[in-house]
Amino acid sequence: MEEYSQKVMDHFMNPHNVGEIPDADGVGTVGNPTCGDIMRLYLKIKEGVIEEARFKTFGCGAAIATSSMVTDIVKGKTIEEALKVSNKTVIEALDGLPKVKVHCSVLAEEALQSAIDDYYKKKGLPSPVVLKHSHDHEDEAE
Amino acid sequence: MRRIYMDHMAATPIHPEVLEAMLPYLKEDFGNPLSLHSFGGAPKRGLDEAREKVALLIGADPKEIIFVSSGTEANNLAIKGVAYAHQKKGKHIISSQIEHHSVVHSLKSLEKAGFKVTYLPVDKYGLVDPNAVAEAITNETILVTIVHGNSEIGTIGPLAEISRITREKGVYLHTDAVATTGRINIDVGELGVDALSLAASQFYGPKGAGALYLKKGVRIQPLIDGGIQEEGKRAGIEDVPAIIGMGRAAEIAKRDLPSNMGHLNCLRGMLIDGLLKGINRVYLTGHPERRLPGHVSICVEYIEGESMLLFLNQKGIAASSGSTCTSRALKASHVLLAIGVDPAITQGSLVFSLGKDNTKEDVDYVLEVLPPIVQRLREMSPLYEDAIRRPV
Repeated sequence: MEEYSQKVMDHFMNPHNVGEIPDADGVGTVGNPTCGDIMRLYLKIKEGVIEEARFKTFGCGAAIATSSMVTDIVKGKTIEEALKVSNKTVIEALDGLPKVKVHCSVLAEEALQSAIDDYYKKKGLPSPVVLKHSHDHEDEAE
Repeated sequence: MRRIYMDHMAATPIHPEVLEAMLPYLKEDFGNPLSLHSFGGAPKRGLDEAREKVALLIGADPKEIIFVSSGTEANNLAIKGVAYAHQKKGKHIISSQIEHHSVVHSLKSLEKAGFKVTYLPVDKYGLVDPNAVAEAITNETILVTIVHGNSEIGTIGPLAEISRITREKGVYLHTDAVATTGRINIDVGELGVDALSLAASQFYGPKGAGALYLKKGVRIQPLIDGGIQEEGKRAGIEDVPAIIGMGRAAEIAKRDLPSNMGHLNCLRGMLIDGLLKGINRVYLTGHPERRLPGHVSICVEYIEGESMLLFLNQKGIAASSGSTCTSRALKASHVLLAIGVDPAITQGSLVFSLGKDNTKEDVDYVLEVLPPIVQRLREMSPLYEDAIRRPV
């Protein structure tokens, strides 16, 4: 079995912020079932600050742990601050991830960006987010 | 904590009598079986006896057994060894889409060397159509290699039917019987195969010992050059203790096979019934009857295998999965895709491979523990959320 850090196991066994936000201001869904993971991130944003973040994830232990961690990290942050959260931020907060699971943290970053992008689109404002979708590129490369 | 091992496709525990048989060869009987002095005597006799016992397990002649290090090596030797020895006749090989990596990668390596390989499709149960083998054979075909028992879906292939065709057409037939040897009755004569791979670690023997059955008269090119061990077909000093262990394990497997099969078929039925009844949107993969005793493979919709394995492990249950996330190559199981399982559903793969020491209580425990794990993960899954929202 993969060697996960204690923190990854804690967030996997008892994930924080699981669930939906019915009246979310931004929702981002990334990944695809063929790759083995899908993350959906819900954000409640008030006056530029992320008040609430929740997730639903289909995936392995690392996918669930990174989802849990990214929601913890962004809560209380402004959009500007949240946009600076990268997959590395998530990995560090989890005390590391096995190499083969690094893509899960990339997915967490993308889910966040996608949810923020959705927030701007819903508001009818120009989005500062450049969506990457690394998973789709991985598909092409294979 | 209670610990339940249900991953016998990965490895089996060593039978205490096997360990007992091995010990002298790790101590006083350490000699080289090729030595002419007295220290070579016991290991030489030990190897001879082990060869007889392994041969007896599969209905072969001891002279037809080549000792190797693993099932993987046996597959490599059979496929590459036969291909290179017979390439003057032709360079075409026929196989299937559900072979073990040691078969697939041996074939890929031959393709790089100029051989052509046909990978036959299988039906939804993982069965190769013998008629498709007949149709695929050309004048160039030298070898057909089809797995006997598939470790991921448990299906037992129609080797006897396929061998009727290969014998009629004069093409060699190899089978990877690593998952079946010691688990079901095998007679190489009845199967009609020319080569068969097996490994001790699948029938309560040690790791480090495998064998290739090679029918008398079939030429192969050795993969390892060196001395005259194994009649020159596999150079290098034999792993004597492991092979002695394999011999003893083969003897015990033959003796206990009927009772083990009965026990494991019974547990398999209970586990399959319990899982299909206890959890909705669960599918059995592989053939419902033509399958390995004790082998239960399922796909659980909307969730992923590794997360189930982690929770099961927390409850002391060791199982396996063919999901993308559990494979280090990050690819969905080629076996599940070949039997037509939707790529998303392959992610929910779980394999319980039971062994002789598993009990009815173990099965009950799995049936008690798994449904809440599935429910918990489904509540986290966006796919499940979408599915329950979708109007029926």
